[in-house]
Amino acid sequence: MIVILLLIPLSVLVAAGFLWAFFWAVRSGQYEDTTTPSLRILTEDGSRTTKSEPLSTNEPQQH
Amino acid sequence: MEATAQFADDLRDLAQTRDNARKVACFHCGTPCANDNFAKEDRPFCCHGCQTVFELLSENGLGQFYELSTDAGRRMERPADAGKFRFLDESSVRSRLVDFDDGKVTHVTLHLPAIHCVACVWLLENLFRLKPGIGQSRVNFPRQEAIISFDPKQVALSEVAALLDSIGYEPNLKLSDLEGKRSSPVSRRLWLQLGVAGFVFGNTMLFSLPAYFGLDTLSGPSFRSLVGWLSLGLGIPVVVFSAADYFKASWLSFRQRRMTIDVPIAVGIAVIFLQSAFEVITSHGEGYFDSLAGLTFFLLCGRVFQQKTYDRLAFDRDYRSFFPLSVLRRSSDREERVSLGQIGIGDRLTIRHGELIPADSRVLTGAALVDYSFVTGESEPVAKAAGELLFAGGRQAGATLEVVTVKPVSQSYLTSLWNQDAFRKEKNDTFNTLTNRYSQRFTWIILGIALAAAGYWLFRDDGLRALRSFTGVLIVACPCALALAAPFTLGAALRALARRNIFVRNTEVLEAMARINTVVFDKTGTLTAAHGGEIVFTGVELSAAESALVAVAARQSTHPLSRRVADQLGATSATVTAFREEPGQGIEATVTGTTVQLGSRAWLESLGISVPGVSATAGSTVWLALGGAFRGVFTLSSALRPETDRLLRSLAERHEIALLSGDNERDRERFAALFGPKAHLRFNQSPLNKLRFIRDLQARPRTVMMVGDGLNDAGALRQSDVGVAVVENIGAFSPASDVIMDATLVPRTAELLRFARQATLVVRLSFLISTLYNIVGLGIAASGNLAPVVCAILMPVSSVTVVAFAVGMTRWLGRRAGLEVTIAGHSTPKEGEPA
Repeated sequence: MIVILLLIPLSVLVAAGFLWAFFWAVRSGQYEDTTTPSLRILTEDGSRTTKSEPLSTNEPQQH
Repeated sequence: MEATAQFADDLRDLAQTRDNARKVACFHCGTPCANDNFAKEDRPFCCHGCQTVFELLSENGLGQFYELSTDAGRRMERPADAGKFRFLDESSVRSRLVDFDDGKVTHVTLHLPAIHCVACVWLLENLFRLKPGIGQSRVNFPRQEAIISFDPKQVALSEVAALLDSIGYEPNLKLSDLEGKRSSPVSRRLWLQLGVAGFVFGNTMLFSLPAYFGLDTLSGPSFRSLVGWLSLGLGIPVVVFSAADYFKASWLSFRQRRMTIDVPIAVGIAVIFLQSAFEVITSHGEGYFDSLAGLTFFLLCGRVFQQKTYDRLAFDRDYRSFFPLSVLRRSSDREERVSLGQIGIGDRLTIRHGELIPADSRVLTGAALVDYSFVTGESEPVAKAAGELLFAGGRQAGATLEVVTVKPVSQSYLTSLWNQDAFRKEKNDTFNTLTNRYSQRFTWIILGIALAAAGYWLFRDDGLRALRSFTGVLIVACPCALALAAPFTLGAALRALARRNIFVRNTEVLEAMARINTVVFDKTGTLTAAHGGEIVFTGVELSAAESALVAVAARQSTHPLSRRVADQLGATSATVTAFREEPGQGIEATVTGTTVQLGSRAWLESLGISVPGVSATAGSTVWLALGGAFRGVFTLSSALRPETDRLLRSLAERHEIALLSGDNERDRERFAALFGPKAHLRFNQSPLNKLRFIRDLQARPRTVMMVGDGLNDAGALRQSDVGVAVVENIGAFSPASDVIMDATLVPRTAELLRFARQATLVVRLSFLISTLYNIVGLGIAASGNLAPVVCAILMPVSSVTVVAFAVGMTRWLGRRAGLEVTIAGHSTPKEGEPA
């Protein structure tokens, strides 16, 4: 059971890594606007394919 | 991935539907095309402006804009004017507008009210494709803002603004933009404090579990001391960082000799920490560090919940947010856009139709027809001839006008209202909340119990037990559940209201709302709607052909009354051969050979038409003559909002009600009947009169809620205990207030007040529950046998039950509150969706 004396500090270190990640997320402003990213994700697929194509090829064909 | 594909299909279907309808609707904005003059690539456009936007987007490969949303485009009201934003490059304006500038890159945040859909976000974040020199741009959808970075050597700030304007996103530049930025809703520091507390809570709980189940005996004493010292190390940042605000707040309230809820919390946290540290250092036990971290974590959760505000709405706006940032100045024969700050006395300004008069000024040329409804509450526009004085804040409803300023912007008639005392003192009720009133009694009782328990054990000669019982009482009684009851109940109530388009500044306002016993209404724009209303024609019945003639003639005028008459009579097409308008008086037009004269009674008389003595009824009148002979009179009543009578009846049961109007007494009888005999009705009230009326009510003393919409109500809104600003459009300008409410919800004011009363009742019930838990915990603690495991269970259980009860009750009440608008065809937009 002596191994637990090693495992506990290790588990605290792992948790501290997540705490650091949380700090980074807050400091980079990710908690300031939570609505826009949910809209942005909807358009991310299309924008790559249409980057340089003219409009006429993107438009669905009529009839 | 499947969901994304499905979504893409939906988009294509929507685009298809749009294509099928394209024969009639403009491809860009969807408005029906009046003619087929504008077309490009087989697509019709309603105007040149819309076609230009389409060309610009399709040339730059941004055609996806039209696929992302069916109503992406907005009609281009007028062609973009490149010189319109030149004033932004003046260093005084530019330096205060940009967020960051190092000569290589500039960041600017612009408010773009046109942002309304996914396509807007996408287009604005692809702005760099439209102009070289523009870098990354990011949209904040709820605030309708875009943060744009650009290279100042390649593009000027004015060019960025002009580009946005040219694609239909005109930046909303107001005088207030020059003063500082708004802060973020929940501060970053609070998030970090919450993160630390949560981290420590989780870890120490994990260490403590073996001890609670008696498993630690297997690992021997080294395990216990490791866990103890680790918990102590982790507990320090919780006390020093996460709970720091409670210590600061309680020190502040101590210095002000006021007992707030922060005092027992801070004492509790300090005692838990000291007692636990003492136990660890002297190897007596492992302390209550898990309870300490858990307590702080729950308290901070409550704070986050409470601090979530509706930051896309500003509750503290004054006239500076109403005035434009720039104005068209005329010097010799040149016209230029300059910032308002540069306007001095004697400057000549050009005011176009629909623009605001920025400073008190005198009419030079042109006829002024000024709509003061927002500033004074007068419902009808006022005509002013050359040489007459205009007050700042009015909106020109007639044609282009030239004026000369007589006072600087900051000293005009309107802005002087903001020099009143009411605007100087902060509205601060944080000490007088339910929680603080309850905790005043609570704290002394707890302190008494702790001392009594310690005294009892000292009397029995058990010193250690006396200390343990004293700290135990303070630990158990630490009013975590109590501190959470109000934030969660009222926070949930705020959210329930926000979903229905009623935005409350903070939870203290909701508590104040429950105490209201007097409700004061403004008339114009609050009880009456700005547009619509009944139009009755009295006189010789008009034939269909005749009413078509009148409609065509009325349509020629920009006067709001003419417009309403024209709208009532419907759209027709006929040729006007002659037209003459005397601003504010009337019009004379020849339509397909018939002379139509429309205007005030005096106007017809001045044209030599004999007008019979028809008794004038309530409302405004428009007199009509056809072919030189009097035909009748249109009576336009200002449109009362639906259910106003029901609202006033139900309010009068519990509250004193009053009406304050800046308008004349024309409607007195109508409102006297609605308000009943006991109500105060005041007409012709200046903004200052309104403020004083509220102050007099409060001196009686009454707790007053003011419901108003215009700048003329700003003083009264500020002075009242709860100021409710009514807006036709959430996000449009509203004067400083505590509550911003969608205008269609005015008839629900009584239900709103009832909901506030019910929410505070839920808070009181939550207090009762938390007190019951405290009695149980105190019984254990006073005996001096508070085991860490009891503390670790009791504390979260009490908090969770109180929070669950509070939120559950409030949501249930919210659903039953009857705050929905029931008018057919009107749906309340969802939360987070800018109107």
